Amino acid sequence: MTAVDERTTGETPQLEVGAARHRKEDQRLITGRTRWTDNMSLPGMLHMAMVRSPFAHARISSVDVDEAKRSPGVVAVITGSDLADVQGTLPNVWTITPEQKTPAHPSIAVDTVRFAGEIVACVVARTPAAARDAVELVDVDYDELPVVLDTVEALKDETLIHPDIGTNQSAHLVMDHQTESSVGDVDAVIEAARTDGIVFERRYEQQRLIPSFMEPRSMICDPTGEQTVLWSSTQIPHILRVLLAMSLGIPESKLRVIAPDVGGGFGGKLQVTPEEFITVLVARRLGKPCKYTETRSESLMAAHHGRAQHQKITLAARKDGTVTGLKAELIADMGAYLSLLGGGTPKLGAFMFNGIYKFDAYRFDLRTVFTNTAWTDAYRGAGRPEATFAIERIMDDFAHELGMDPLELRAKNWITHEEFPFTSVAGLEYDSGNYEAATAKAKELFGYDELRREQERRRADNDQVQLGIGVSTFTEMCGLAPSRTLGALAYAAGGWEHASIRMLPTGTVEVVTGVTPHGQGHETAWSQIVADRLGVPFENVEVLHGDTQIAHKGLDTYGSRSLVVGGIAVVKAVEKVIEKATVVAAHMLEASPGDIEFAEGRFSVRGTDQSKTLAEVAWAAFDAHDLPDGVEPSLDADAAFDPDTFSYPHGTHLCAVDVDTETGEVTIAKYVCVDDIGKVINPMIVEGQVHGGLVQGISQALFEEAVYDESGTLVTGSFVDYLVPSAPDLPHLTTDRTETPATTNELGVKGVGEAGTIASTPAVVNAVVDALRPWGVDDVPMPCSPHRVWQAVQGRSVGERTVTQPVNPETMQTDGSSGQLPTGDATGGDDR
Amino acid sequence: MSVKPWRRRVGEFMSRISVTVDGVSYQDDVEPRTLLVHYLREQLGKTGTVVGCDTSNCGACTVHLDGRSVKSCSLLAVQTDGHEVTTIEGLSTDGELHPMQKAFHENHALQCGFCTPGMIMQSIDFVQDNPSPSDEEVRHGLEGNLCRCTGYQNIVKAVQAAASATAAGTEGGAR
Ligand code: FES
Ligand code: FES
Repeated sequence: MTAVDERTTGETPQLEVGAARHRKEDQRLITGRTRWTDNMSLPGMLHMAMVRSPFAHARISSVDVDEAKRSPGVVAVITGSDLADVQGTLPNVWTITPEQKTPAHPSIAVDTVRFAGEIVACVVARTPAAARDAVELVDVDYDELPVVLDTVEALKDETLIHPDIGTNQSAHLVMDHQTESSVGDVDAVIEAARTDGIVFERRYEQQRLIPSFMEPRSMICDPTGEQTVLWSSTQIPHILRVLLAMSLGIPESKLRVIAPDVGGGFGGKLQVTPEEFITVLVARRLGKPCKYTETRSESLMAAHHGRAQHQKITLAARKDGTVTGLKAELIADMGAYLSLLGGGTPKLGAFMFNGIYKFDAYRFDLRTVFTNTAWTDAYRGAGRPEATFAIERIMDDFAHELGMDPLELRAKNWITHEEFPFTSVAGLEYDSGNYEAATAKAKELFGYDELRREQERRRADNDQVQLGIGVSTFTEMCGLAPSRTLGALAYAAGGWEHASIRMLPTGTVEVVTGVTPHGQGHETAWSQIVADRLGVPFENVEVLHGDTQIAHKGLDTYGSRSLVVGGIAVVKAVEKVIEKATVVAAHMLEASPGDIEFAEGRFSVRGTDQSKTLAEVAWAAFDAHDLPDGVEPSLDADAAFDPDTFSYPHGTHLCAVDVDTETGEVTIAKYVCVDDIGKVINPMIVEGQVHGGLVQGISQALFEEAVYDESGTLVTGSFVDYLVPSAPDLPHLTTDRTETPATTNELGVKGVGEAGTIASTPAVVNAVVDALRPWGVDDVPMPCSPHRVWQAVQGRSVGERTVTQPVNPETMQTDGSSGQLPTGDATGGDDR
Repeated sequence: MSVKPWRRRVGEFMSRISVTVDGVSYQDDVEPRTLLVHYLREQLGKTGTVVGCDTSNCGACTVHLDGRSVKSCSLLAVQTDGHEVTTIEGLSTDGELHPMQKAFHENHALQCGFCTPGMIMQSIDFVQDNPSPSDEEVRHGLEGNLCRCTGYQNIVKAVQAAASATAAGTEGGAR
């Protein structure tokens, strides 16, 4: 049985890069021969279960573990006070302002719990069932404290979540940008527009989401060897190892971290978790391997959430629609603690609120705030979906205000293809792009003009089912990241990536990569790259990853970085192998290295028919009987690659929805996207990434929201209530591409993992709002459920134009001097 | 406020079951409360079948009981006494992939692969009843199975491809 495909090899060798190779990694996954962490068992392994707080904010007055300890099969019950001296604090690696407040975050709460789901004790037993049974026997006494769940409320500092820091605000970050042609800073530009232009103001709400990877988090720690080994369903084994060492005081050389098969992440497994710390501490304390696997309910409650941001956007423009400035004021909910990236996630949006547009002045103003909710961090797109949503929503709203076609307004303001490379108002140099081409292709595939006519017809007929058309023309920065840039942004680590190539004596190849795939198909794509460059068959390339003992250096997988950083590191390592092999081949062929050329796996002496295959050279390096003096007996090579810049995929997404104005039901009638992600290694994998990304973005627009009740209990605590869409909820997607190669890396590639998610949410919401424009509706808060859509329709009668209120507008209006969002003066376009 | 321990006594007696799983017959003592999925994973080592939720929503644990799909987290092990269970691990015979497995591979219907065992088992059951399904019908047939990675489009394609391969009389068929 084999999942390796036969490939027709004709006279001319076909290039692997660009071919829709079926994936190498499928074989084990379709036959159930998987290595999910929870599948593994070690000799003598014990099982852990967590006692979690049912309260969102409480003092722990006592924890009685006696009865649990007596329960059959229970080996130990560990509380916060047992670990208080050794557990340290979970790390936050992004101090977004020098003044940022970063409260301590113990893995097991010692005296206070700050969100429902926080761990207060851990039971260790012979079987998972015995551990779970004993959890029920741990008797915890809580004194409940007042709960604060909303960030605006939290900013009043009436209830402090971390009294030791004296405030609920973690940081206030302001970044001001203006170009030379600007009339001044963004306030001056807005003032100028008030007199002879348009000022347009909107508030949007990014609801709280739950990443909902399908494999619940699982971890096993084996402390019995010289190195303590941690298997974890993580996206970041390398980062985890460094931070475990630094936080727990275990020498890094004594730690090995392995990410075996990992069932999805989407940013949700880009975390250093209390569960991992506890597993390591408990296993080392007991001297036995210990396993913890969360239930789905625990995952929804305590694995980090995403988005959760209030946005106030002010756009200044000339009357002809030329945008002159933009101000983004944000309040981002951190939850109860600062997570690994913490405020860094919304900060990543700082460079993207300007999108693909040219204007002269821009301010990004971000407050990060604690509440009694689950901590938040990266979720697919991390900062960029929030930014893209805001700019693309406001461009649609603004187009409507001007009575202009939304694509026309965009074209008026976007960077034209002749203008690349282009330095954005936020200071990033976009290397390449062609927004015109992607848009033209998308319009054609979509049948834009016909659909607009159809929309007119339904409006004229007062059809119960109205048609809405939504647009999103996005770009994003991905491929995290140039280390210097990260340093300048006060992120604690770099953004390089590492790879090595091991040339085996028999001519097959091992590629070691520092990135850590969990569904992205890197084993296949990396094999394609290496097969072409070394001229070896695709099948003869093995890609190794995810184990710090094998892939000893790396910075893992997130931020659409794997190919654009990790893939380039592979290319660099290949180049070194060829360089080394050239010297050996020259010696074998009795020629000078300068006369050797390498192509299709063969070293030949220029102008002759003498040659050696790479396999022959690999063997010569292995037997080492006759190597040139001073040449090491190895062709293996390592490379670390640090990008000079980000990569900037872009695209045009068009969405048509049918909105039933009686029932509020929204159905996506058509979704077309044309993405430009530069050169493509494997179009099949790319299409899969786009599909999955689109659906997560569509799902934010229409289905998903993490909801707490007023006591801070997660209401959407299971898959019954948290709506991860299933197949019938979703439309058929039409995806296509334009190809403008990136000029900043050798493969010409850009990232693709997050693009679909970033672009699709505003396209869908714009479509829903567009359908309801005749009712005077200009916003529907996400998710645009039938109930909300229906309410939006009910709240307005046809023909009467009203200003749409954002979610919770009152709560956002506070005194500007008190360190809170300034009052939104209704001016210009907002005041209609 | 105090959260009182919930006292209960479990595991005090065991039940003996006889069940055939992937062609092998087993006789085992199980706790009456043991779910089929836990019996498969923990007692038989059939870790190809996975657990994705605790509310029977995700379908990741789907297996066949006497040839029809069931969510193995919603069935007790004792309920399979005298029955036959097929898991993802028992699908391919003599080194030949089942047409549905092949179709998933060829149509890139999986990314992380965590939902895949359940998706494949459910899809096989579905095409037994509907050998040439439309896009819409496939989507409804897979309603109880969640996938977070693929957006379902390629899964739909794979199911249709496997169905037509089977209908075209290609060897295999729904086993
Ligand atoms: S584990 Fe989710 S349905 Fe069975
Ligand atoms: S492939 Fe990852 S959940 Fe379906």
